[in-house]
Amino acid sequence: MTDTAQSGPVLAADGRPLKASLNRALRRQKMRAMLLIAPLLFFILITFVVPIGQMLFRSVENQIVSDTLPRTTQMLGDWDASTGAAPDTPVFAALTKDLMVAVEKKQHTRLGSRLNYETTGVSSLFRKTGRKVDDMGEGYTDQFVDLDPKWEDPVFWADLMADPAASALPMTQDAYAAFADTIISEDGDDPREEQPWHTVYLSLYQDLSAGADVGSLPAEVATAQTAAVTFQTEDLIAAFADIDEDWLSVDTWQTIQTYSPAFTNGYFLNAVDRQKTPDGSEWRPEDQQIYLTLFVRTMIMSLTITFSCILLGYPVAWLLANLPMRQANLLMILVLLPFWTSLLVRTSAWKVLLQQQGVINEIVVWLGLVADDNRLALINNATGTVIAMTHILLPFMILPLYSVMKTIPPSYLRAAKSLGATNWTAFWRVYFPQSVPGIGAGSILVFILSIGYYITPEIVGGTKGVFISNRIAYHISSSLNWGLAAALGAILLVVVLLLYWAYDRIVGIDNVKLGG
Amino acid sequence: MTATDLKGAVPTPNLTGFTMPITAALGAFFGLLAGQATGAGAFFGLLSGAVVGAVLAYILVTLVPYKTGRWAAIAVMAIVGFAFGGKIGIVVGLLAGAVMGWCAYWLHTGRYRASVPPYATAGQVLWHNTFKLICGLILFFLIAPIVIIIPLSFNAQDFFTFTPEMLALDPAGFSLKHYQDFFTNDDWLRPLKNSVIIAPFATIISVSLGTLAAIGLSQSHVPFRRAIMAILISPMIVPLIISATGMFFFYSQMGLFLENTFGMSKSLSGYIKVILAHAALGIPFVIITVTATLVGFDNSLTRAAANMGATPATTFFRVQMPLILPGVISGALFAFITSFDEVVVVLFVGAAAQKTLPWQMFTGLREQISPTILAVATILVVLSILLLTTVELLRRRSERLRGMSPG
Repeated sequence: MTDTAQSGPVLAADGRPLKASLNRALRRQKMRAMLLIAPLLFFILITFVVPIGQMLFRSVENQIVSDTLPRTTQMLGDWDASTGAAPDTPVFAALTKDLMVAVEKKQHTRLGSRLNYETTGVSSLFRKTGRKVDDMGEGYTDQFVDLDPKWEDPVFWADLMADPAASALPMTQDAYAAFADTIISEDGDDPREEQPWHTVYLSLYQDLSAGADVGSLPAEVATAQTAAVTFQTEDLIAAFADIDEDWLSVDTWQTIQTYSPAFTNGYFLNAVDRQKTPDGSEWRPEDQQIYLTLFVRTMIMSLTITFSCILLGYPVAWLLANLPMRQANLLMILVLLPFWTSLLVRTSAWKVLLQQQGVINEIVVWLGLVADDNRLALINNATGTVIAMTHILLPFMILPLYSVMKTIPPSYLRAAKSLGATNWTAFWRVYFPQSVPGIGAGSILVFILSIGYYITPEIVGGTKGVFISNRIAYHISSSLNWGLAAALGAILLVVVLLLYWAYDRIVGIDNVKLGG
Repeated sequence: MTATDLKGAVPTPNLTGFTMPITAALGAFFGLLAGQATGAGAFFGLLSGAVVGAVLAYILVTLVPYKTGRWAAIAVMAIVGFAFGGKIGIVVGLLAGAVMGWCAYWLHTGRYRASVPPYATAGQVLWHNTFKLICGLILFFLIAPIVIIIPLSFNAQDFFTFTPEMLALDPAGFSLKHYQDFFTNDDWLRPLKNSVIIAPFATIISVSLGTLAAIGLSQSHVPFRRAIMAILISPMIVPLIISATGMFFFYSQMGLFLENTFGMSKSLSGYIKVILAHAALGIPFVIITVTATLVGFDNSLTRAAANMGATPATTFFRVQMPLILPGVISGALFAFITSFDEVVVVLFVGAAAQKTLPWQMFTGLREQISPTILAVATILVVLSILLLTTVELLRRRSERLRGMSPG
């Protein structure tokens, strides 16, 4: 017994090997920690991470075209835009069928506005066509009904389509299924009581003229096939062109073809001022390029704000770090009060101060520094945004700077001076290098915060002082081009995450401190 | 106390060569401003200001003891101000008198060298004091915009600047009508009510979940600690506009789901959406403050409690919780102010029924700008002063507690 204990593994009090026992304790501890974290992690994942992910997905998702025009996009696969001619009749027939369903489901206007982001005019084209599409193919309906009134009977149609042999008429079956589905889901009607749409007759004509084998179907079908040869054809292309000439334009069709796939990089190309073409992408016309300018402006203004924050924050942080504790704490209140004051309060204060008739202008006019008719334009431009945002973000620069400077021993400066350094050399060669981590931390923090700012630029920025975030908000709430908003947001997010990563490397996210 | 009592280790500076010229320069500056403003002419103002400054400095430092001198300077300058500029001149005069009187004694008694070593050169002393002045101006830049809206909110007119009546200190120029509007107008009361409903619920969610998670994160062995921390902090890092965009899509679907599946009313589901969104935004602040408090927490205390037979729940509530409470409360205040102050997300996620106070202010600033905003802003400033004081007191208490606990 003693021998085994000595040669075998060390045992814990309960007789298990100590190693296993310790492992178990560690595992338990890990489990306990994870159980404590799990609810919050789950909460954040659901309420925050999933929404962001969904937004990112939206920036590439493009199912609306292929969902609304399934037959057309399939037929368009073979069409070659470089021939310079609009597609053939079968494509127009497919479009008629797709639009018929879309109009009944009221989806064609949504598709129209989606494609309008790419080619202007498509929205009204779809709306106009939507009003007339239910007449298309009427000629075929009339001719079938003239041939045999049975073709008018909903029950006859329902039975015919329920026949297993109806698979010989694939297009008709497809069009009828679409008709039946739509009227059930949209109007709550029974297909056995409603005469099919003209598009169903159109499909039947297409099937029959394609030489479908209708041998096992009711005799009426065979009769119709024989008669169909003599049917007067309806010119769908002319009918569409009659609604709008644009249906003959290669551009319109090219847009539909380019945006057929379920996923697109079109929004991202848009977000960097490029546009999708059949062979890759190209720059948008000069007068439509706004986003790159806006990104560059956002970057430049954020850098300006960061730089002015360093300029204003450094002396104050130095003073705070070198004053006796009691005085420093008093002055700290002056820094923390703006930090705790509502953002809206500070923004409204600046709106009040910077106006043409505002306090600052009144004072300089009163002092006679500028003429009354030549007041300073401080608001609704980049100046206003930079002043207000520097004020708002300054505490975020002072606090990290202060916490770094607090750790620099004052004896270093004294040592440098006693070794013969001038004031400037002592500061520049000894003190400043030690305060660089604080500058780095503060700058990244201020920069991250400022490139995503929305409220302040919106209120004091006018048109010249707005950021990319204002454009995102515009696309979400006004233009409703959500895909583009998501793409712009995704680009901004990537920039911020890169900076965040840098911040984590330099400062460590655990070391973020709030309020000193 | 006399002027000579205040002398430092340095010899008294030369009166005619140092104290008088500098005070005269300061006087000239005030005179320039006054001359410009009253229309008496810049040059006349400059000159008379300089003369007044020099004479004042001479009389004060040679004839009058410190305290009397300060008050005398203020009184004299106020009278001079009244003579030139009427009622508003008194205010300017008081200010000029206070500054000039202070400056004369400050220079004469050598206190301007008090915080630099005795061997410092004149240039170094000049730089030191200029630096302090610069810092003062920066702090003024920080605090002035917030302070200035307080008097403006008592404006009797619907203007956003000081009216002549206000400058003349005429009581008719001031009124409480914007406050009255705030407390009677439904356009402001409903948002106030919404803010007061939404912020506490969001705070409760963030604090309860956040504290638990912070305790979990502070254990010694947590797998994927960095990754988890990054996810939990992300609502603070991701720009609000992106969070708002993402939430806009997701929460509209969630709202439909809540209404259709649980039969909730539109307004209830609206509140739930905004509360959840705000809770998510407040969580990083709770995590950061509570983990910071837990860094100083001595784990042997929980072991000691367990050793004496306390259950984990008892240990948590009777031992750990009282010690980390300051951190939890300041985290809660951060979460509260985040929600109370938040505009972007509620703008996208909420419906008109959930309009909060900042949202109403935002609309007010963007569209029909009404002076009631200044009254609201003043109330919010008072609120933030209260919050700041609480957080500061809590931080000190926490430091005291930490100082007592071993390790």
